Amino acid sequence: MKEVWKKLYALFVLVFLYAPIAVLIAQSFNASRYRGHWTGFTLHWYSALFENEEILEAFGNTMLIAFISSVAATLIAIVTCLAAAAMKKRGRLIVTGTANISMLNADIVTGISLMMLFLAFGLRFGFGTVLLSHIIFNVPYALLNILPGVMAMDKASYESALDLGATPFRAFMHVTVPEILPGVISGFLMAFTMSADDFIITHFTKGPGVDTLPTKIYAELKIGIKPEMYALTTLMTGALVLLMILLQINRKHSRNLAQSVEAIY
Amino acid sequence: MAQELIRLEHISKQFDGQLILDDLELVIHENEFVTLLGPSGCGKTTTLRIIGGFEKPDEGRVIFEGKDITDLPPYKRQLNTVFQKYALFPHMDVAANIAFGLRMSKKSKTYIDDKIKYALKLVNLDGYEHRSVDSLSGGQQQRIAIARAIVNEPKVLLLDEPLGALDLKMRQDMQYELIRLKKELGITFLYVTHDQEEALTMSDMVVVMNQGYIQQMGTPVEVYNEPECAFVADFIGDSNIIDSVMVRDRLVRIMGKEFECVDTGFGLETPVDVVIRPEDVMLVPADDDDPNALNGVVTDIIFKGVFYEVSVMTEDYEWQVNSLDPFEVGKRVRITVDPFDIQIMNKPVSEDEEAIASYD
Repeated sequence: MKEVWKKLYALFVLVFLYAPIAVLIAQSFNASRYRGHWTGFTLHWYSALFENEEILEAFGNTMLIAFISSVAATLIAIVTCLAAAAMKKRGRLIVTGTANISMLNADIVTGISLMMLFLAFGLRFGFGTVLLSHIIFNVPYALLNILPGVMAMDKASYESALDLGATPFRAFMHVTVPEILPGVISGFLMAFTMSADDFIITHFTKGPGVDTLPTKIYAELKIGIKPEMYALTTLMTGALVLLMILLQINRKHSRNLAQSVEAIY
Repeated sequence: MAQELIRLEHISKQFDGQLILDDLELVIHENEFVTLLGPSGCGKTTTLRIIGGFEKPDEGRVIFEGKDITDLPPYKRQLNTVFQKYALFPHMDVAANIAFGLRMSKKSKTYIDDKIKYALKLVNLDGYEHRSVDSLSGGQQQRIAIARAIVNEPKVLLLDEPLGALDLKMRQDMQYELIRLKKELGITFLYVTHDQEEALTMSDMVVVMNQGYIQQMGTPVEVYNEPECAFVADFIGDSNIIDSVMVRDRLVRIMGKEFECVDTGFGLETPVDVVIRPEDVMLVPADDDDPNALNGVVTDIIFKGVFYEVSVMTEDYEWQVNSLDPFEVGKRVRITVDPFDIQIMNKPVSEDEEAIASYD
């Protein structure tokens, strides 16, 4: 009896969590424009979505900003982690503390303060300011993913590479990078997701004329929900699931990955 | 004497205001097995890291084959290191680990493959090329670390407590292995350890260090049999170290009793430290008629297999004696020593020397 309750409870949790998304997905294949009426299966909304140029442009912006900002944030984070690992405990606490605070801080605060900052510097709002703010808020996510790997790394590995005749740069590429790679990849994917996902900070720093997917969807919603949006959100959910699977694979096969990277050199 | 290879000149090094090495001077010759021996914090590892290029001395120079290499980075030095915890590259297999140094110096593939085979044979691990580093035992990892270092044909192999992480049996096996390797390679080994047994077993020369100073240098037999100060006597093997007075040449007064010895040149009535190894003390029945008999009472006896470890109390000093015969606790015995087994040492005179000698 107890077993049955346990399973029932788990089922309820899952239903509450995923039912809304399931409805959305179902709706994206519904021939009827209206919710609650199932008039047949269709892929029409998907084709309509791919004919909507504004949406496609917003999608392009999202991907471009997510990619550039997460690459930049990852590079900044790697350098910061190497420095933090060489610090004493107190210095390192300050680094992780600052990262944690800015990560946990309300997005709206970050968004408004970045907006004020850009105004103060007289920057023209647009793609550039969005990209800049995404790099800024992505650094902590990358940093907190990369730091544990850097800390766990045996310093003697790097030194023995030097000892065996590698210049500091080659020692870094051949020994340090493969060892911290799993953390770097998960940091990058995390930053990518956060950037693609962000609405509030983008909203405050984008200015007119440029849109990412979240801000575009929000703008569309104000006019009224178009069924294309169901298709779009279904695709986004699918992409996210794919990303999560990739993250898991990365964790499982990090060692093999490092080996194959080493083989490329 | 073999050719000089490394010379350390007036090396000083501080960490956070603490003096680790103080005006160190050391010469290492070609094809020598040199061991830096001392307790933790004595500066032995720092000395090794300065020679390896991982630390820069605050003062002084490192001379290698007559050239000043003090400012040369590690990757330009003709020497290789075996690190304490092996520091193998976990994402590479055994062959890739060994090949690393050769790939850095852009050797050809056939040359590298030959070298890997040769090195694995040398450390008795043929056929391990494609094993992952994680799958190896501690001892095997250590051998791979040695193989990885020696394929680069260094003039000197630096070894930083390489056996510290191994269990006792493995440690003893590896000691013989290292002696064999040293003979086959014909290069200089500079070995750092706090284990006096390792030092005595393997070395051609032992350098005993304490608090940044070299206390004594010599062959294992010299540092064991003729320690120059109380620290060395105490650190290497067990010793009875007693405040005594050198009466005149060849006569020393220990606890008020006169003993013949072989040392000369200390002057008359000079305070000295006397070192007597436990195995050099012979116990005979107490003799109350001889005024020069040092008598005591057996307070403890422990069976050690080859010998009995006997404690004998005389006045206020407890002697440690290794005896082949058992003695009953409570029995009165006389302590006798052959003259050449009594080692006389000057007492530290200056404050500096006092600092050196103060140990525990």
